[in-house]
Amino acid sequence: MADQVLERDQTENEMLAGVNDDYATKYGFADAEDYVFKAEKGLTEDVIRDMSARKGEPQWMLDIRLKAYQHFLERPMPDWGADLSGIDFSNIYYYIKPSARQEDNWEDVPSYIKDTFDKLGIPQAEQKFLSGVAAQYESEVVYHNIKRELEDKGVIFLGMDDGLAQYPDLVREYFTTIIPHNDNKFAALNTAVWSGGSFIYVPPGVHIEMPLQAYFRINAKNVGQFERTLIIVDEGAYVHYVEGCTAPIYSSDSLHSAVVEIIVKKGGRCRYTTIQNWSNNVYNLVTKRAVAHANATMEWVDGNLGSKVTMKYPAVYLMGEGAHGEILSIAFAGHGQHQDAGGKVVHMAPRTSSRIISKSISKSGGRASYRGLLKVAEGAHDCKSNVVCDALLLDERSRSDTYPYIEINEQDVTIGHEASVSKVGEEQVFYLMSRGIPEDEANAMIVNGFIEPLVKELPMEYAIEMNRLIQLQMEGSIG
Amino acid sequence: MTAALEVTNLHVNIGENRILKGINLRVNQGEIHALMGPNGSGKSTLAYSLAGHPAYEPTAGQATFDGHDLLEMEADERSRAGLFLAFQYPVAVPGVTVAKFLRQAVNSRRQAINPEDAGMPIPEFRRLLREKMDILGIDQKFAGRYLNEGFSGGEKKRAEILQMAMLEPKIAIMDETDSGLDIDALRIVAEGAVRLHEMNHMGVLVITHYQRILNYVQPDRVHIMLDGRIVESGGAELALHLEENGYDWLREKYGAAEAV
Repeated sequence: MADQVLERDQTENEMLAGVNDDYATKYGFADAEDYVFKAEKGLTEDVIRDMSARKGEPQWMLDIRLKAYQHFLERPMPDWGADLSGIDFSNIYYYIKPSARQEDNWEDVPSYIKDTFDKLGIPQAEQKFLSGVAAQYESEVVYHNIKRELEDKGVIFLGMDDGLAQYPDLVREYFTTIIPHNDNKFAALNTAVWSGGSFIYVPPGVHIEMPLQAYFRINAKNVGQFERTLIIVDEGAYVHYVEGCTAPIYSSDSLHSAVVEIIVKKGGRCRYTTIQNWSNNVYNLVTKRAVAHANATMEWVDGNLGSKVTMKYPAVYLMGEGAHGEILSIAFAGHGQHQDAGGKVVHMAPRTSSRIISKSISKSGGRASYRGLLKVAEGAHDCKSNVVCDALLLDERSRSDTYPYIEINEQDVTIGHEASVSKVGEEQVFYLMSRGIPEDEANAMIVNGFIEPLVKELPMEYAIEMNRLIQLQMEGSIG
Repeated sequence: MTAALEVTNLHVNIGENRILKGINLRVNQGEIHALMGPNGSGKSTLAYSLAGHPAYEPTAGQATFDGHDLLEMEADERSRAGLFLAFQYPVAVPGVTVAKFLRQAVNSRRQAINPEDAGMPIPEFRRLLREKMDILGIDQKFAGRYLNEGFSGGEKKRAEILQMAMLEPKIAIMDETDSGLDIDALRIVAEGAVRLHEMNHMGVLVITHYQRILNYVQPDRVHIMLDGRIVESGGAELALHLEENGYDWLREKYGAAEAV
């Protein structure tokens, strides 16, 4: 036990070696733009038709895009959450294709893209434990490598565009069935202009032990990134998908609006882990939803750092008896940031269970909100749910809010809800300092400790990255 | 060169309240002192003040440690200079393991001397931690637990002594380390302190209400506090005298108000 803890610490320390480097150089690098095709700014029906034609999509996909675009135009901006008034839809590129063809061999990847991946540590990560990389650079997957063993098992792990090209019927069967084109304004926008993302199908009974990973990254100025991910976990199958994001720092606002749809069939299990660290000007508005059928398990692990505004509430619909849903959410709101995050669970069947754990940290005037929905449908008896949200405030200027919506239409249920707000205690800081630990390190330790119960759920490299990102946030001199 | 903790006419306020009203005390490295006194006489305030708690405000007097002006130093600097406080009520730090915390504490010392220091190598740290845990009869699993979270009273006190053993201070203040311990736990904790005293020439200031810890940690000097001042100092026999007679004779002698 002790050894394990220490070994992790050691790796952490090695990884932390460069932490004091300037954030902008470390994460804010921006490569010269050299793209094969870049659409004009702003969105029209022509942009969508042109995009779809260039991708060689089937007619039905274009039809869905156009239908979604209409809905996007008609739908008002949501006014119930964060301030979105800074978004200028006419000042965004909706489609960029960075290289002419999909690369499946690392050597063939253009060097400027490779440089970026090198800076992100992708090849090393792959060597360590990747079973497949789908790294999204701009709007399309440029590097996509699936290990033979996955192919042998019949697992499909492709970029979404390739998924559509190679498995049109499978995509058509599930696309927009979990998040319809008119679900909300930003899901509609994504459906209209989506590009990239991952398509995963795991056949019945197949367990993929190593996490599948994709690395997403926005690079060009004012790029809207609208990736679309569809994951189908067939009966009794298991997959852990990991998505991480960093974005370079730019002065004008960017929009990231993704959609993730997941179907977990009878007895299957899916875990979806996200660590994201968008630069501080990105609007990050994401719709993520999964359905879990009988005795299936869906787990969302969601870490939100960075961005200007994040609105993201991973959802699980428990559709079959015995299904289980779990949402673990971490949000860190620094100066000028609003993290509006949380989770939704809807119990539609008897004997379903769920757990939501949310931890938020607010610092330097940042604002973290927990927004959650817990719903139990009539007839969904013997359900159990537990919601815990803990907020940590690092100073007087920062803010935390909790908006828990609970709707129970069934008598025979067990529901727990706890919320706490705490401040980094003077006594804790003093205690750590009294052992010789300097004040800033003491604070970082307390914050890392606060999120540790969730961080330990992450694959080790992501746990390390998470701790590193927290440390960077804690060192941030702004504010 | 041995270090000394020297307190001269120290006055300390907490908010508007005057708690310490002129403390004079000198503890040399290698000596064991006991500080006794009724509840509310200011013993813990003295301990916290010397350790550098920001809420305790010195208004007059001096405190030096190993030649440094203690009152000008932050809590972490005081610790790194070799002063240690074993807390009466150690706080929990959820999510931070005992091992991680101790490693950070050890490395902070190294890095204060050499900012380039990469920290104690893991195998060396592991050996050191195991060795100290074995001596104190602490299970190895303890290292992976979150600091003081869900610890029993005895575990907390043992964890304090483990920290003391890892950090090897020149002088340690033990604030009612004996409170809430059964006789076996008390013996282990006290023997741990005595070992450090004997091996490292550690100076100790034992704050206690009871004679029983002093049976293990035998004091060279005993001081009695009353109403923010040290009113009596003497040899080990003074503690025995208190055990038999209580504090009333002191209150009469010094005309102090009833303890709060």
